[in-house]
Amino acid sequence: MSNFLEVKDLSVRFNTEDGVVQAVDKLSFSLEKGKTLGIVGESGSGKSVTSLAIMGLHKGSRAEVTGQILVEGQDVNAMSEAQVRKLRGKSMAMIFQDALAALHPYYTVGNQIAEAYQVHNKVSKNEAKKRAIEMLDRVGIPEPQKRVNDYPHQFSGGMRQRAMIAMALSCNPSLLIADEPTTALDVTVQAQILELLRDLQKEFGTAIILITHDLGVVAETADDILLMYAGKAIEYGTVRDVLQKPQHPYGWGLLTSIPRLTGDPDKKLLAIPGAPPSLISVPSGCAFNPRCTYVSQVGAACSSSIPDLLPVSAGAHHLVRCHLDVKTREDIFKNQVAPNL
Amino acid sequence: MFSFIVRRLVSGVVVLGIVSAIVFGIFFILPADPARLSCGKTCTEELAQKIRHTMELDIPLTSQYGRFIKGIFVGRTYLPGSEAELQCAAPCLGYSYQTDQPVTALLKDRLPATASIAFGASILWLLIGLSSGVVSALRRGTWIDKFSQGAALGAASLQIYFVGLILQFIFVNKLNWLPTPGYSSPWHYPLDWAKQMALPWITLAFLLSAIYSRLTRAGMIEVMSEDYVRTARAKGLDSRTINLKHVLRGAITPIVTVFGLDLGGLLGGAVITEYVFNVPGLGKLSTDAVANLDLPVITGTVIFSAFFIITANIIVDLLYATLDPKVRLK
Repeated sequence: MSNFLEVKDLSVRFNTEDGVVQAVDKLSFSLEKGKTLGIVGESGSGKSVTSLAIMGLHKGSRAEVTGQILVEGQDVNAMSEAQVRKLRGKSMAMIFQDALAALHPYYTVGNQIAEAYQVHNKVSKNEAKKRAIEMLDRVGIPEPQKRVNDYPHQFSGGMRQRAMIAMALSCNPSLLIADEPTTALDVTVQAQILELLRDLQKEFGTAIILITHDLGVVAETADDILLMYAGKAIEYGTVRDVLQKPQHPYGWGLLTSIPRLTGDPDKKLLAIPGAPPSLISVPSGCAFNPRCTYVSQVGAACSSSIPDLLPVSAGAHHLVRCHLDVKTREDIFKNQVAPNL
Repeated sequence: MFSFIVRRLVSGVVVLGIVSAIVFGIFFILPADPARLSCGKTCTEELAQKIRHTMELDIPLTSQYGRFIKGIFVGRTYLPGSEAELQCAAPCLGYSYQTDQPVTALLKDRLPATASIAFGASILWLLIGLSSGVVSALRRGTWIDKFSQGAALGAASLQIYFVGLILQFIFVNKLNWLPTPGYSSPWHYPLDWAKQMALPWITLAFLLSAIYSRLTRAGMIEVMSEDYVRTARAKGLDSRTINLKHVLRGAITPIVTVFGLDLGGLLGGAVITEYVFNVPGLGKLSTDAVANLDLPVITGTVIFSAFFIITANIIVDLLYATLDPKVRLK
């Protein structure tokens, strides 16, 4: 099956006054239609920068984007702004974390959805409004023919995110990028939004990139996971592989830091020591080495050379970027990580 | 909405009352005697007293103020019953000490010139200020931006009496392209009106478009980094729609607010502009009145300006509620 989206060696650099920020470093991944890829990482790991690069939204900014972003075989990165514009909204659409900020405060929700539809469809204002009502209805807004005339501030947080989704899906895009779509919402609404995304994906066959720092969200929704740290992919594989047989110490850290309903309430959660590095001065070697508990098992290589992103076993789809050898990783996971899960 | 307007109108009237009371009070404190001023060099105390009586200055200040306010609403009769009885129809603001004309008639006479300056200049400065601000914001950091913002800074620092006189010297005295500024009726002599108003418009717009240009530029740049502009781009909109429909719309509210207040302020008298170009408007009327201590005219012009500013404020508030759906009029 051919991939709808293929990202090859994507790098994004920003030249700032303080130095060069390597926000994304040689990132490669692919996505089929109807599948969901979860990109997971802490703030500043390059998730959002990656999604903006796919939408071609770095064009005209100071960002330097290299590599290939093939959407249905066409390289977005090689296109002009005018060419990418034809794909935006139609082939690929995006929803953002803070829907209140992402919707124009001075136009009605309906107006904004209709506008998105009219960009790529030659229809009258009336038809576009009908489409807006239809989309609002589809994403579960009650009384859509009335709410279509509301302004964003008259919607609740969950409804605003639904409206964003309605806007993004108004032109039936093949790819939907959801940049932390549920972060600003409370848990019950979060679950509703994720369910909505799943339903819409089934109905329209949309490929979804779900950007999040919440492993729980990915576990529920994604088919594949790409774990990012300091702009690099450090682990990439199916949800089952990455969450059940995690290979990278960072992934272990993330998993053991999550409280579990079935766990011992008196047991302390294990935090990952330290903080994510500044992208201006990324630690040499493996960027995670200053925070890694297992450096002693490898030695100098951790701080001197960057490990490659390699298959866990020959031919496996599960890739990891770590100096620990397979045997040691298995031992550590079995003896030190798994008991804490 | 309706109750909002009514309440604002009532509070506007109250403010006008306070303004008029303050102006009245200030003149009472001033160590000047209008009766003495108008009775000439060979004035005797007896004559002065007589004039004081004619001017109704020999009654307590509160009664003077009471008669003044009453005059505005129902008109006023000076020296009732005597030979010199004088009817002043509502809205009566008294008579000029200097010219003996009713203040209301003076204001009515001078308003068209001031309104011509204010409206003409405001159209000009909005056009220039908004367009140069938009271009500057879109071409931030390029030579166009640097040039227009440098020019704006320069223009904002130059004073009307400087720019005005230079322009007048060049276009009227040297090149003879324009007549000496003044005022002709736009209904009867539209071409003369436009030619005479050209310099006042340009001079005033020169200063104010600089401010609007910087305001527009700053607002646009701020809005450009808003999330909703990124959303607009992600929809696939072209840059023209993004900049004019999304960015400018997001930045326009404070500009409209400032514009309303500027225009309201100017309608009360473009003092310096009128003085520099010798245009017979309200500003000229009030400066002349101050110079001659023509108290009724000063009071009249102050109340008239206050009226415009209060009205402009109410209109701006109403506009604000239409421009920003989050604002509710309560």
